[in-house]
Amino acid sequence: MRKANNSYYKSIAYIIKGNSDMKAGLAITALFVILALTAPYIAPYGVYDTDTSSILKPPSIKHLLGTDEMGRDLLSLNLYALKSTLLVGLLSAILASIIGLLMGIISGYYNGLIDWVISRVVDFLIAIPAIVLMIVMGSIFASGILSVILIIALLSWAPIARVIRSIVLSVKELPFVQAAKALGASDLRIIRKHIFPSVIPMTLALTILSIPNAIFSYAALVFMGVGSVEELNLGTILYYAYVSGSLASGKWWYFIPPGFLLVMLSLALMMTGRALERELNPRLKGEQHEL
Amino acid sequence: MFSYILRKLFSTLASILLIFTLAFIMFRLLPGDPVSLMFRDPRLTREQIDYLMREFGLNKPLWEQYFIYLLNAFRGNLGISFYYKQPVNGILIERLVNTLILLIPSTLCAILLGVVTGSISAWKNNKAIDKIITSTSLVLYTLPTYWLGGLLIILSITYLKLPVTGMYNYGVQYGSYIDRLLDLFSHMTLPFITLTLVSYGSFTVIIRSALVDISTEDFVKASYAMGFSEKRIFLKILLKNVSLPILSMSAIAIGTSVAGAVLTETVFAWPGVGRLIYDAVINRDYPLLQGSFLVISVSVVLANMIADLLYGVLDPRVRTS
Repeated sequence: MRKANNSYYKSIAYIIKGNSDMKAGLAITALFVILALTAPYIAPYGVYDTDTSSILKPPSIKHLLGTDEMGRDLLSLNLYALKSTLLVGLLSAILASIIGLLMGIISGYYNGLIDWVISRVVDFLIAIPAIVLMIVMGSIFASGILSVILIIALLSWAPIARVIRSIVLSVKELPFVQAAKALGASDLRIIRKHIFPSVIPMTLALTILSIPNAIFSYAALVFMGVGSVEELNLGTILYYAYVSGSLASGKWWYFIPPGFLLVMLSLALMMTGRALERELNPRLKGEQHEL
Repeated sequence: MFSYILRKLFSTLASILLIFTLAFIMFRLLPGDPVSLMFRDPRLTREQIDYLMREFGLNKPLWEQYFIYLLNAFRGNLGISFYYKQPVNGILIERLVNTLILLIPSTLCAILLGVVTGSISAWKNNKAIDKIITSTSLVLYTLPTYWLGGLLIILSITYLKLPVTGMYNYGVQYGSYIDRLLDLFSHMTLPFITLTLVSYGSFTVIIRSALVDISTEDFVKASYAMGFSEKRIFLKILLKNVSLPILSMSAIAIGTSVAGAVLTETVFAWPGVGRLIYDAVINRDYPLLQGSFLVISVSVVLANMIADLLYGVLDPRVRTS
C-alpha cells in the first residue's frame, strides 16, 4: 500500500513538471491561497474600518478599489473574503468527493439492487438543477457556514460517483483482482488493496474540479440571500452590491472585482483539474482544449 | 419500441415521485410543524388556516398527510402562499409563462450559435480559430450567471440605456399591442443575452467534442478515402451523425439553462419562477418556495423524458440497451 502511494506522489510530481497548464493553474491557485492567508497583514484597512467621509467612492489612491455604502475599503474586503470562499470551496469539494468515492465504489463493486438504487439517485441528482435544490434546502436548513458546506456536498457528489463507478467496473474485471478473489480475499480487502488505489488519482482530479463548482454554488447561494450573509466572502460582497442598489446605479468597482476574483480562481482550478484528468485518462490526451 | 417508452415513462414517474417526496420531507423538517408555522404567520387569516388544516389534513398522522399531499399535488393544489395570500398554483402558472418567454428563445439561440461555432471549432481542430472559440466558451461557461448579468447592467447604465429590471415599464398605458411588445423586447434584451451567453459556452464544447469524437470513426475515414470533398463530408456525414449526441446532451443542458434562468431572473427582477424563488426565500414564504421547486424540477424531468423519447424514435440502438 505504502509503496503504491509513493509511486503516485512521484508520478504526480512528474506530471506537474511537464505540464504547463497545470503549472500555471497551480501557480495562480497558490497566489490566491497566499493572498487569503496574509490578508490581515497586507490589507490596507480592517473589515470594520468605516470611513464616513468616503461612501461609495470610486477607486482612488486612498482606496484602490473604492469604498462600499458604509465607507469600507473594498480592496481590503475582497482580500479578507478570499479565506472563507476558499475554505468553503475546498471543504465542500472534499466532502463531496468522499461521498462520491464511497458511493461510486459501492455501486461499481456490488451489482444488483444497491447499484440500481445508487445509480438512480445519481441520475436524479445530475438531471435536476442542483442550485435550485440548494436554494430550497439552504433556506430551510442553512443557519451557518457548516450547514452550507454540507448542503453543497450532499448535492454535488453525483458526477464523481458516476466516474468512479465506471472505473471500478473495469478494474473489477482485471486478472489480478479476479485472482485475488479466487484466492479467497474478502471484499473489503480487495477494495482496500486493489480498487481503492486505482481510483484515488482520478478522485484527486475530480476533487480539484469540484472546487470551482462549490465556490460558485456558495457565491450563488449567498447572492440569493440563502445562508448567512453576515459572513464575509466574495458572494456576500456581490450580494450587498446588489441589494444596496449600488449595482443598479452603476457602481462598477463594488460589483466587478469580487466576480473577477471568483472567475480567475475557478479558471485556475479548472486548468489544474483538467490537466490532471487528461494525464490520468489517456483517452482525453489528444484533446488539447477539452472543457 | 413500446417497452422502451414504457421504461422511460416509469423512470420519469419514479423521478417525479422522488421530487415530491423530497419536497414533503424537506418542508416537514422545518423548525416547527406547518400548523404552528402558519399560526405564527400573522399574514394568514383564521379562515385560511382552517381551510389549509382541512385541505391538507395537517392534524392527521404523517403518513396520511403524505398521501393527502400527493393527491392534492397531482390535482394541482399546492397550498396558499403566505405572502400573496393566493393559491400557489395560480401564481406559478402566471410566472411559468414569463420564464418560458425568456428561456425558450435564449436556449434555442444558444444551441444554434453553439452548433455554428462548435462546428467551426471542430473543423479547424487545434488551429488558432479553434483555440479562440474553445477558450471563449470556457470563460463564458465559468462566468457566474448573476455576475455576467451585473456586468451587462453596469454597461447598460452607462452606454446602452436599456431597461435593467422587470418585464414592462410600470404604469404605462400602451397605444397598441406593438408598443407593448416593443417594451417587452427592450426589457428582455439583457436577460436574453445573459442566458444565451451562459448556455452557449457549454453547447459549443458539447458539439465540438461530439464532432471530434465522430470524425475518428471508420466510416468517416472511408469517406475521405473515397475522395469526397471536406465540405461534403462535414455537411452530409458529420453533422448528420452528430445530431443524436447533440439531442441527448441538450436534454442534460436544459437543467443548466433552468439554473441559469433562476439566477438571471433574480438579477434582472424578471417576474418568472426563478425570481419567485428569490422572493419566496426573502419572504420566508414556504408554500410558494415548495411550489416553485416542484414546478422547476418536474419541468426539467419532463424535458429530459421528451428528449429521451425523441432519441429512441431517431436511434433504434438505444431502445434495446
